[in-house]
Amino acid sequence: MNHQVVSVRVYAAVFCALLALTITTVVVSKLELGEFNFIAAMTIAVIKGTLVVMFFMDVRRATSMTKLFVGAGLFWLAILLVFLLSDYLSRGWHPSLRWL
Amino acid sequence: MPDSEIMLPSHEPELQHHFDDSAQQLESSTLGMWVFLVTEIMFFGGMFGGYSVYRNMYPEAFASTSHFMNVTIGAINTGVLIFSSFTMVLAVRSAQLGQKKALIAFLVLTLILGCVFLGLKYVEYHEKWVDHHIPGPGFHYADPRYFHQAQILFFLYFAMTGMHAIHMIVGAGLLTTLIVMAARNRFTATWYTPVEMIGLYWHFVDIVWIFLFPLLYLIGHTR
Repeated sequence: MNHQVVSVRVYAAVFCALLALTITTVVVSKLELGEFNFIAAMTIAVIKGTLVVMFFMDVRRATSMTKLFVGAGLFWLAILLVFLLSDYLSRGWHPSLRWL
Repeated sequence: MPDSEIMLPSHEPELQHHFDDSAQQLESSTLGMWVFLVTEIMFFGGMFGGYSVYRNMYPEAFASTSHFMNVTIGAINTGVLIFSSFTMVLAVRSAQLGQKKALIAFLVLTLILGCVFLGLKYVEYHEKWVDHHIPGPGFHYADPRYFHQAQILFFLYFAMTGMHAIHMIVGAGLLTTLIVMAARNRFTATWYTPVEMIGLYWHFVDIVWIFLFPLLYLIGHTR
C-alpha cells in the first residue's frame, strides 16, 4: 500500500470546517445581499465540495491519472453548464440579466 | 533452467495475477470508481443544468417557493450527511490499520446516520404532501400568479432530492454489504479496497447534497 494513514485530527479539522461552512451558508442566506447571495452560497458550496474531494476522497494524494480523470469530469460539467446558459442567457428573454 | 525450476513470484493473496503489484491493483480500482463517479457527475449535472435554466426563466416564482422549504430540517440533514462522511473516512482509516471492531463500528454508525437522513427526508416529503405541494392535479399554491411556475420548482425539488435519496438507499445497501464482509474477516490491513471505493461513492453523494441544499432551500431567502 502506498497510502500513509492520515491522523484523526486532520479528518476532525475538515469535519469542523464543513460544519462551520454549513452554518455560514445558512446565516449568509438570511442577509439581504442581492445577487451576492447566490455567489456567496455557491462559493461556500464549492469550498465544501473541494474539502470533501481533497481530504475525504483523498484526491490530494491520488495518482496523476486519477486527478486527470477527476479534472476531466469537472471540465465536461463546465462545458455542459456554460454552453447551456450562454445560450439561454443570450436570447434576450429576460428583462434584466441575472447572474443565475 | 529446466521448466520444473521456474518459480512463480510470491505475492499477497489478494493480488490478482494480471497486476504487477498491489499499488497498481488499487490504482486501477480507484480509477475505475472515478470513471463511474464522472458519469454520476454528468447525470446530476443535467438536472442542475435544467434547474439553472428554469430558475433564470422564473426567478420570482422560484424565490417565492423558498418560504415553503424546511430550512431547519435541510440544515440538520446537511450536518448529518457531513457527519456520516466523517465516520466513513474513519471507517477507511480503521481498515487501513486493520482494526476490525472499529471498522464495523464506524460502518454501522455511517449506516445509522444515512438512515437518519432518509427519515428526516420522509418527514419533509410528508409535509409537502400535506401542504399539497406535490406537482400534479392536487397542487395548491398560496400565490396564484406562480401556480404553474412553482410546480416546475417542486418537480425539480422532488426529482433532484428523490434521485439523491435513491443514491442514499443504494449506499445504505452497500454499507450493509461492507459490514457483513468485515464481520466475515474479508478485509485485512493490506486489502480493504471495497471499503475505500464505497467510501468514494458515499462522499460523492454527500457532495451532491452540499450543492442541492443552498440551491433548493436557501434561494431568495431574503425576498
